[in-house]
Amino acid sequence: MAVYLFADTQVLVQGITGKQGSFHTRQMVSYGTKIVAGVSPGKGGQNFEGIPVYHTVAAAVTEQRIDASILFIPAPFAKDAAFEAIDAGIKILVLLPEHIPIHDAMAIMAFAKSRGTTVVGPNTFGIVSSGKCKIGIMPNRFFLPGNIGVVSRSGTLCYEIVGNLTASGYGTSTVVGLGGDRVVGLNFTDVLKELEKDRQTEAVVLVGEIGGSAEEEAAEFIKANVTKPVIAYLAGKSAPPGKRMGHAGAIIERGKGTFEGKVKAFEAAGVSVAQLPFQVPAFLDKALKK
Amino acid sequence: MKLYEYMGKELLARYGIPVPEGGVAATPEEAAELTGKIGSVVIKAQILSGKRGKAGGIIFTDNHAEAGRFSADLLGSELNGYKVEAVLVEKKLQIERELYLAITVDSAARNPLILASAKGGIDIEDVPEEELVKMALDVTVGMQPFVTREVTRRLAVSDVVAAQIADILSKLYRLFVEMDAELAEINPLVISGETVIAADAKITIDDDALFRQSALPLVEERTAAEKKAHELGLSYVELDGDIAVMANGAGITMATLDLIQYYGGAAANFLDAGGGAGVEQTARALELLLSKNPRAILINIFGGITRCDDVAQAFVDVKKNSGIPVPVVIRLVGTNEEKGREILLAEGINAYKLMHEAAQRAVEIVKGN
Repeated sequence: MAVYLFADTQVLVQGITGKQGSFHTRQMVSYGTKIVAGVSPGKGGQNFEGIPVYHTVAAAVTEQRIDASILFIPAPFAKDAAFEAIDAGIKILVLLPEHIPIHDAMAIMAFAKSRGTTVVGPNTFGIVSSGKCKIGIMPNRFFLPGNIGVVSRSGTLCYEIVGNLTASGYGTSTVVGLGGDRVVGLNFTDVLKELEKDRQTEAVVLVGEIGGSAEEEAAEFIKANVTKPVIAYLAGKSAPPGKRMGHAGAIIERGKGTFEGKVKAFEAAGVSVAQLPFQVPAFLDKALKK
Repeated sequence: MKLYEYMGKELLARYGIPVPEGGVAATPEEAAELTGKIGSVVIKAQILSGKRGKAGGIIFTDNHAEAGRFSADLLGSELNGYKVEAVLVEKKLQIERELYLAITVDSAARNPLILASAKGGIDIEDVPEEELVKMALDVTVGMQPFVTREVTRRLAVSDVVAAQIADILSKLYRLFVEMDAELAEINPLVISGETVIAADAKITIDDDALFRQSALPLVEERTAAEKKAHELGLSYVELDGDIAVMANGAGITMATLDLIQYYGGAAANFLDAGGGAGVEQTARALELLLSKNPRAILINIFGGITRCDDVAQAFVDVKKNSGIPVPVVIRLVGTNEEKGREILLAEGINAYKLMHEAAQRAVEIVKGN
């Protein structure tokens, strides 16, 4: 089954005519994603390689059934575009942009919650139900269908780990990028809840990093609610306190969000923590007794 | 971006929150003059770090000559690793009680959070959890009277003080929102007689919102190299080791540093060249690494959007133009990998396929094996 996205999920691209938007729309289409509409203010009535382009999201939803939208919009304008999608009733919103102001992110999350919209990101690579529907910027060829659910705070590290899985014969059910910012929509717990229910998913790989408390909360949730094997990998063991390691959220502040604290929380929840990224497939072999 | 105390207090004052009478001084003469005007004062070194008192950065005096001498010692000196470029001269407060008040972002709950304590003037981390007043704010309703009533009830302060704290909280929240703050902290919030006054101010502005906060002065906390990296659109942090690192993506860069440590080495930096860096940007990133004179360079590319041939070409360009005097270990996988490998092979470099093998090799080189 996979979670969140399915073979028939219909997708809107906001900012479809921009450089990033057009490049990744082509990539998504070639993956098999059903992109049914684009929005680009001032370009309503045109089409992008056969995909109808609308002036506003409201105009798009009157003509198309849209299940999800992805934003290729510069950060300063992302709040307006996100509000527009939520207001139009879109239920899954993927926020690609990095550097969205934190107050804008909080406003987006509050509005989304009031309208029942699921937000992925910001500062995410997106989400993919392998072989069915990809909404994001991840390289197509690593995301082959299979039984491993993956949820990650970072992009390239997730590709690295999914690449290792693929090379070891493990495909993926759904892969979710939570995003590297301090305030994001979906968190580990939300995704774990779905993957636990999903019949296609046999085990979960969780890719976390230092900073914040998302991993600790995930560990608590796993202990009480998850029966499937969970393997974790955490980045940032060597990071010094007080330094922001690229991601806004990746910082050890006032003794919180440390690598050691997260490992301890996971081990207490029965989650195996891989020391190195390439060890993840072997850990899965053991957990699934292959 | 962290603001200096005096900048934070200017903001507090602009929003109508009471702060002590005073002014900022960049020279001993200015500090002496302010002291002569105010009388009994406290002089505080302006640095982006706490624990100034312990480091000798705070003094009380009512003598303008002493104020001048003290400021002369402080200005230009280094305190807790920061250079002191200004001092704040303020009227000394009669302190009855010290409280703590802050508004911050609760990442997990995705909303602003009020933090308050009847115990102020100490590090908030040292306040026991049960004595900490925490109240979440819903951004759709903001700071309503019911919120301030509850906060002041839990602080157990007198009605006169409660009314002032309620007023300060409302103003502080407006500042927090309008100035795109990540943290607006008053510690201590002092009760002096029956008046509530902000005796310190720690305000951090969201870097991602600086584009719309152009009226704020820029506070530069980065080193010269970090500043240059920022201008190039790279995410860069200086570290203490000798292996320079470049990778694409924050998570994989962190993982690369971890691998270096795992094999017994130490990274000289964190450099995330981004998910889609082209030839130019990669070349600038390499030059930045070289400027710090590392003993080896480790490049770890998992090409999704980044093209391996671009990275290889950047390496060749830099080598041709300015030379690369230290050993370079490259791991190259992903988009246009074969083309990238060919370019490097022509330069005598055999790129690794696995990141841990590359990291291990870089550590071996530095250790002389």
